[in-house]
Amino acid sequence: MMNADKLLDVKGLACPMPIVKTKKQMKEMEQGQVLEIHATDQGSKSDLTAWAKSTGNEMLEHQEDGGVLKFWIRKG
Amino acid sequence: MTETKKTTIVLFSGDYDKAMAAYIIANGAAAYDHEVTIFHTFWGLNALRKDEDVLLPKKKSFIEKMFGKMMPRGSNHMGLSKMNFAGMGPKMIKDVIKKHNAVPLPQLIEMAQEQDVKLVACTMTMDLLGLQQEELLDGIEYAGVAAYLGDAQDGNVNLFI
Repeated sequence: MMNADKLLDVKGLACPMPIVKTKKQMKEMEQGQVLEIHATDQGSKSDLTAWAKSTGNEMLEHQEDGGVLKFWIRKG
Repeated sequence: MTETKKTTIVLFSGDYDKAMAAYIIANGAAAYDHEVTIFHTFWGLNALRKDEDVLLPKKKSFIEKMFGKMMPRGSNHMGLSKMNFAGMGPKMIKDVIKKHNAVPLPQLIEMAQEQDVKLVACTMTMDLLGLQQEELLDGIEYAGVAAYLGDAQDGNVNLFI
């Protein structure tokens, strides 16, 4: 398990909310900080991976934990 | 970071489902740090109508009044492009949206405005349909084809819905 500076819970929310909220949260963070995201929308795995890649952030890790998708993204 | 990318969407349709798709893409693109423009023309203008009676400075002609009555007043009153069932379809879709925690169209439009998506109303079709600026949401822009093309020519994503 990774250390995160901030946790964003978007469980239960559907597209496009996980991305919209992630973007909002990331905007408030410093470069190099890590955001941990918990989601249940099955599309969010592809979505957050693609989003991180195109916005210059780094997807450090993702895993599934009892139906919850967890992501760690470092702000670039 | 790299220079800002642009997404432009022409919303021609006045259906709840099609407008929902347009606004989900717009909100997603805004989260992608794109500069986003939605250009509303023809039936798509109805998504921008206020859901209330508005005192109008210009008197409407008979046909304009009829258009105004027959078209949905605001996004929440739009029908579905398929399975509308005389208005039952939208009711069912809204139930399903709630059940799945998806975002209903009026809130998607609000969110787009919060995310600085540029909402543009086509003035030529506003004239055709007899819609006046006072009837449409606050904080939107008014323009024609050239302004749209100005945005679209360096757009990375251009959609017509």
